[in-house]
Amino acid sequence: MLRIAPAIAIAILVGPILFGLAATILPAAGVFPALGGEALSLEPARRLLAQPGLWRSCAISLATGLITTAISLTLVMTFVAGWSNTRLFGSLQHLVSPLLSVPHAAAAFGLAFLIAPSGWIMRLVSPELTGFASPPDWLILHDPLGLAMIAGLVVKEVPFLFLVTLSAMPQTLPRRYSQAAMSLGYGKTAAFIFVVWPRIYRQIRLAVFAVIAYASSVVDVALILGPTNPAPLAVRVLGWMHDPDLSMRFDASAGALLQLALTLLAFAIWLVLERLFGAIRDGLAMSGLRFRADRALRAAAAALIAVCATAVFLGLTILALWSVAGLWPFADALPSQLTMRTWQRQIGNLAGPFWTTVSVGLAATAISLVVALACLEREARTGRAGGSWAIMLLYLPLIVPQVSFVFGLQLLLLSVGVGASWLAVVFAHVIFVLPYLFLSIADPWRAWDHRFGQVAGAAGSGPDRIFWRIRLPMLLRSALVAAAVGFAVSVGQYLPTVLIGAGRWPTVTTEAVALAAGGDRRVIGVFAFIQMVLPFVGFALAAAIPAIIFANRRDLRAAA
Amino acid sequence: MTDDNANDPRALILDDVHIRLDGRTLVHVSTTIGPGDICSIMGPSGSGKSTLLAYLSGFLDSAFQATGRVVQGGRDLTGLAPHQRRLGLLLQDPLLFPHMSVGQNLLFAVPAGAGDRRQREAIAAKALDDAGLSGFFHRDPATLSGGQKARVALMRVLVSEPGALLLDEPFSRLDADRREKIRQFVFAKARQRRLPVLLVTHDEADAASAGGEVFVIAA
Repeated sequence: MLRIAPAIAIAILVGPILFGLAATILPAAGVFPALGGEALSLEPARRLLAQPGLWRSCAISLATGLITTAISLTLVMTFVAGWSNTRLFGSLQHLVSPLLSVPHAAAAFGLAFLIAPSGWIMRLVSPELTGFASPPDWLILHDPLGLAMIAGLVVKEVPFLFLVTLSAMPQTLPRRYSQAAMSLGYGKTAAFIFVVWPRIYRQIRLAVFAVIAYASSVVDVALILGPTNPAPLAVRVLGWMHDPDLSMRFDASAGALLQLALTLLAFAIWLVLERLFGAIRDGLAMSGLRFRADRALRAAAAALIAVCATAVFLGLTILALWSVAGLWPFADALPSQLTMRTWQRQIGNLAGPFWTTVSVGLAATAISLVVALACLEREARTGRAGGSWAIMLLYLPLIVPQVSFVFGLQLLLLSVGVGASWLAVVFAHVIFVLPYLFLSIADPWRAWDHRFGQVAGAAGSGPDRIFWRIRLPMLLRSALVAAAVGFAVSVGQYLPTVLIGAGRWPTVTTEAVALAAGGDRRVIGVFAFIQMVLPFVGFALAAAIPAIIFANRRDLRAAA
Repeated sequence: MTDDNANDPRALILDDVHIRLDGRTLVHVSTTIGPGDICSIMGPSGSGKSTLLAYLSGFLDSAFQATGRVVQGGRDLTGLAPHQRRLGLLLQDPLLFPHMSVGQNLLFAVPAGAGDRRQREAIAAKALDDAGLSGFFHRDPATLSGGQKARVALMRVLVSEPGALLLDEPFSRLDADRREKIRQFVFAKARQRRLPVLLVTHDEADAASAGGEVFVIAA
């Protein structure tokens, strides 16, 4: 098992993408025997290009990908530069994991409930400040420029980029280097950006590309907050995949490839932007200017980060409130009464999706955990670590847009008769759970003091006994946190669940997103609340279990 | 060292052990350590003396090239896995397993063949008595003082019934007044059990106190 673990991991990470892409390319080129496509043809491409508003959809997707990433990264960079080694920084660090565990769809709903014309913010200031007795006819959600969608993505990508930055920082010795620059007279923010940030960026670059890929091809957040006429490309591709007219599968496949090309174009533009930013930064660094007056900039960065965190937490609170709201007429800041009626009515609809979410999440997490630990243990025993290519492989499923290969994967699974089974959904989730789980556990696992193993080995314990009795218990907390990360990723999966499950395995996430069009806030509140609570329970258990088992072991408690 | 001692099958024999890194010799040593004898390897940090212990106990990084045989108890240990060598290892830090109680740390090291659960627990409890730590069985190792941890670490090695003892600067982290006491404690226990001891250190007081053969390696 151990010997083949790396091969299994590579198969999970690469196989579905290769086969999925291949199974997308064929129909896109007109070959799909089941639908009468026998020979290569340009017809699918021609039909795709004839879709109305196609270029506008592409432009929205491209711009969303780049703008979301630019805003999120700038915010994180400026905040980390201005506030590292401060108390505020330390306390915000604790908010990162909970923020990250909130599924994209739940955060997007929360934001929608806040900023919509009939949302909570408008209710708070109406009618006193605005004079509105009924919600204004403003297009805030689903605005044609996609600003609401970008906001919904930014509030979730900021914690992600913040976390990867935090884990990259120690190796760059940020304190020593920025202090050296500050002693030359540079302001705190400038010192950090000039001498520390370039090395941090080099390490988080793959994560940045994952954000570009995600934001340029997102479906669930786009359905909740994004433009509708026309919608971003990935949303339209999904629509074609589900079109009752089966010949639209050709258009869908061609569209999936167009999405891949679009994301690659976004990468290319980003490479140019990287150069540009680097050149400006180096030019400023050599200009002799010290940028000591950075108080306003630091304050702005902290304020914007606070807005992001508040938007998510407040949005989730309002969402939870809606699920128990009785009558809540416009312009009232709070519902006039609380009731469990919505929950009672929905409990029947909730049960199936709830158990599917939990069972798929647990299974995908368990499989990923075993594969990740087997790879790491194999690495420890052979002393051979995967090089930079191993990290590339881990990021591969996060960098190839889901919509461009999951559809092909579905066609492939159907053709080999696996179909839309529960196991197929689990398998599809593992593709995305494994990378996050591995990235979460690898650092603490590798940082373990190997001398514990040497001492145990010298006392007569073989490698298996050392793993089960020493290493795994000592790293139990890290393993459980990684499992909670994996479970949260599974809970949040939208596209692989609807496509691979072919609608037959609804989860709380797919149900919540499906409710978006209906706009019943109470029902959405119920489903999105469960969607947000499940990952949270995972993290709570990951903290509680070691705390109980090791209640009497101070050194393991202090590791928290 | 008497010749009798050297011919005792329990002796630890380093036969032409030669460790290199990129063709440069780090350590080259041949010696026989009789039971109850203490051989010291002296050298500044970075001189490769810990590399020697890594080779002897089977943890040498593949970046190094090593030749030569290690023999103890009439067995050639050279190609064996670490857990088959029965060479007890005591490092700079006590490295008590933080998720186990003091007693569980000892029980973990008692060989399975030493008896049933109760007999094994008796061995662990007796080891604690020997170390002046009676009643510490259920304690959290994190609550022990540095000297207490060092004694538990030694007893953990001893109950694993090693054929020899490898010490890698085990006293360097202790404060000066405690260092001499622990040193005498470790050496006394090793002599009492007639274990061959190989000690690597950069502290001349360690080597002087050990009183056996001393090898010096240059940086």
